[in-house]
Amino acid sequence: MRISSRTALLALPLASLASAALLLPACDRHAAGGHVVGFAQAGAESSWRVAETQSIRNEAAARGIDLKFSDAQGKQENQLAAIRNFISQGVEAIILAPIVETGWEDVLREAKDAGIPVILVDRGVAADPSLYTTLIASDFVAEGRMAAEWLREKTGGRAKIIELQGTPGAAPAIDRKKGFEEVINAEPGMEIIASQSGDFNIERGKEVMEALLTQYGGQLTAVYSHNDDMALGAIQALQAAGRKPGEEVLVVSIDGVRAAFEAMVAGTLNCTVECNPLLGPMAFDAVEKALAGETLPKKIVVEDKVFDQSVAAEVIGSRKY
Amino acid sequence: MNLAFRQRWLPTLVTAAVLLLLLAAAGALYPGFLRPLVFANILRNNAYLGILALGMTFVILSGGIDLSVGTLLAFSTILLARAIEAGLHPLPAAFAVAAVGTFFGAGQGLLIHSFRLPPFLVTLAGMFLAKGLAFAVSLQSLTISHPHFDAAASFRILVPGRAPLTTATWMFLVLLAAGILLARRTRFGRNVYALGGSEDTALLMGLPIARTRVTVYALSGLCAALAGLAMTLNTRSGNPAIGLGMELDAIACAVIGGTLLTGGVGSVFGTFLGVLIFGSIKTALDFHGGLDSSWLRIAMGILLLAFIVLQRALSRSGSPNPNS
Repeated sequence: MRISSRTALLALPLASLASAALLLPACDRHAAGGHVVGFAQAGAESSWRVAETQSIRNEAAARGIDLKFSDAQGKQENQLAAIRNFISQGVEAIILAPIVETGWEDVLREAKDAGIPVILVDRGVAADPSLYTTLIASDFVAEGRMAAEWLREKTGGRAKIIELQGTPGAAPAIDRKKGFEEVINAEPGMEIIASQSGDFNIERGKEVMEALLTQYGGQLTAVYSHNDDMALGAIQALQAAGRKPGEEVLVVSIDGVRAAFEAMVAGTLNCTVECNPLLGPMAFDAVEKALAGETLPKKIVVEDKVFDQSVAAEVIGSRKY
Repeated sequence: MNLAFRQRWLPTLVTAAVLLLLLAAAGALYPGFLRPLVFANILRNNAYLGILALGMTFVILSGGIDLSVGTLLAFSTILLARAIEAGLHPLPAAFAVAAVGTFFGAGQGLLIHSFRLPPFLVTLAGMFLAKGLAFAVSLQSLTISHPHFDAAASFRILVPGRAPLTTATWMFLVLLAAGILLARRTRFGRNVYALGGSEDTALLMGLPIARTRVTVYALSGLCAALAGLAMTLNTRSGNPAIGLGMELDAIACAVIGGTLLTGGVGSVFGTFLGVLIFGSIKTALDFHGGLDSSWLRIAMGILLLAFIVLQRALSRSGSPNPNS
């Protein structure tokens, strides 16, 4: 009994030490004179989002801003808690990449009451627009339109297309479909012969393509995918079926991740429309304007670019994500 | 130091010491951390977790485990959102959701007891079932908008320091008080401790094992539903995709609070301290703002290990019966 009591008394400092050690890395990192800004990121689920985080962190460092970063790991309750902690800590502005559209009214109002501007990045919220300063995001409809226009030009307006949609109900999937159809429906020689969801991921993209090939393989001349991952899966399915993606079947997708550029250099992907995650500079321009008391437009559209095989090789070295 | 003291109070004292140390360190490192506002935010941001952990404490005390609570919480949020959307008043909708959670838990308890099935497996099945049910109600998150619900969600009492105590915070605090009384001052509470301590002894003593066990899981289901209500008050929406992993956070809070996973030893108040430790680490990470959220898991992992070692040390010698 005496021994175990001693062990117990040992365990107390052990537990205390463990918790103290965790706070040790918390050295003071106050940048002299710079602003303090909180960034509530949704998570780190894709290379796109990791690139977005990196861009915002780098830009904060370049401008001497003390950035408080919180990764919600895909959970809204963590993101809500992070924003409240930013408010109670007295940050000057908050950048929020909302994980879902709903449920932000209360916390945005708390920020507003505390006089802290909130800049939304990459996704909107279903809340009164007076509660946030601005939304910086890509125009998904325009991305779909740009993909269709590239295809129209390349094929001279003649194509039988299979469309791989994103996750049903997700804003990028709805809008990228809409923008693409706008252009295709106005072109009599172009037709979408099949359209199915591949859930934005490579495995489902491959499976769906395999299934569709058995039915529509004969007439297929082009594939349009709502993101690069599904396009990469579709390319694998096409190759397995003995087709030549990039040559007799044109493949167009959206996002512009590094793997897409590699596929373009290899000649299997024809074109990708970049959905730019490097929002750091725009986000901090907005923060500084808001802190200077300037009025910002409610939506700032991120300029997206089209990249095809002709430029892939020279651009790939400069791709950051 | 006799065994009863060491097993019953020492873990709680250690937990309290760790919490105080954490708060002191955070207060020293981050100016403005030790304010009522920050503390109120910890309570409110973790109210759902606290309510889950409360139910989990009873389950673990009885010698069981409940893995279904996280997804049951998600199911409760989306069910409430759908019911209000369909025109039901939020109050009866909340009662209905609480009833569904209770029945769900009771059903699991009944299966575990009647067929002598391992709680781990039954509640694992329950976890999948609740997740499926949640997505069957709606594939996407639904916003809740009803004047009375909005009033409940925006209700707050400001305590000195402009610290808001919200409806979810009050739910947590009231349930916590009820949980402490239930564990220490009722026959049911004593039966739970006895059942977790030794089922054979409890049987020989003529305690109502079946009723106690089913009630424990029903209570856990009820807590999951109420945690879901607290969550909807926080986000004003129901979401079928949340909840996975929350059951593990709830278990971690109970263990750090001094509850022994083998049952029979622990306290509801200890779990409360465990939740506060969890919330304080999360908040400290946000205040620091430069560390990845993986540090929360690392911290919890180290603390869990420390507490398991501590528990083992405390129960090594002396009588194996924790109630002696």
